[in-house]
Amino acid sequence: MPALPAPERMIYEVFRQEKKGQPFQHAGSLIAPDAAFAEAWAREQYGRRGESAALWLVPRDAVHEVVDWADEFDLKYRRVDGYSIKARLLEARQRASDNYSEETGASAA
Amino acid sequence: MTEPQEHSGRAQLLLELADDELIVGWRDSEWTGIAPTLEEDVAFSSIAQNEIGHARALYELAAIELGTDADALAFDRQPAEYRCAPLVELHLLDWAHTIARRYLYEEADRVRIEALKSSDDAELAGLAAKIDREEVYHRLHAELWAARLREEPRFRDAVAELWPYALGVLPEELRPELARRVGLEPAGSSLLQAAERGRHTPELSELWGEMTEVRRSAPGAQW
Repeated sequence: MPALPAPERMIYEVFRQEKKGQPFQHAGSLIAPDAAFAEAWAREQYGRRGESAALWLVPRDAVHEVVDWADEFDLKYRRVDGYSIKARLLEARQRASDNYSEETGASAA
Repeated sequence: MTEPQEHSGRAQLLLELADDELIVGWRDSEWTGIAPTLEEDVAFSSIAQNEIGHARALYELAAIELGTDADALAFDRQPAEYRCAPLVELHLLDWAHTIARRYLYEEADRVRIEALKSSDDAELAGLAAKIDREEVYHRLHAELWAARLREEPRFRDAVAELWPYALGVLPEELRPELARRVGLEPAGSSLLQAAERGRHTPELSELWGEMTEVRRSAPGAQW
């Protein structure tokens, strides 16, 4: 059997939601001649073990891609990776917990 | 009608259904790894697994009645004892025929399942409804292919060739409904002779040999 004629083939990006309410995540892609085939194939490929609550099938052409970024002046202060917040966060939590036990008379765990 | 006859009729029906599903699932699984596209390969294999799952559920019902178990029914009978329709036995080597069978089988199975869903036998009606919920997606798949290939001569020829076999899947009273659904002529209206259940094609023995080989190599083993 020859492959489907090239003009009829379209790439669909498949996004999968594992449970209701969770974000959709890119699961893979498939090539199909139309949305109906894409659905039939995606159901079997990404849903046959009950692993998906929902799927989004997006024709790759419909994806507006952004890949170029300007960061000419190396503005490090916009990024958070230079700051050590671990210790300060712990301190803040402890403070909040102390305040709470003072107010309620409960002992902090 | 006496009780035992009623029971054996029911067991017989369950075996027909189960054998059809097992053998069509087995035949479809032969495309695993070599279907026309990767996507179709995954889908076709998944559908084949579903059909074998339906067979197991049906064998389990029959096994209660016959005092045995599902594996024994699936693997320990002789080829002549199987009750499957010749349609599912055929060893089809090209995709046009394979899709034609898948389509015709799904349409016949739909007619049969519809009838079973309104059966007085609550257990069987319940199982039919459960199976039907999966078959919805099998039909979606088969009908997409059929619609796409409808004008292709190779597919049309394959459907015409397999049509007498498709009729043989159903009891006579359900055949007109199948003919209406697929738009082909019912048996009895012409020289068309259905490939009836009860006689087997030579292909079944070959399939049986392969399918039961491991089980026969260690009789009674627990897997």
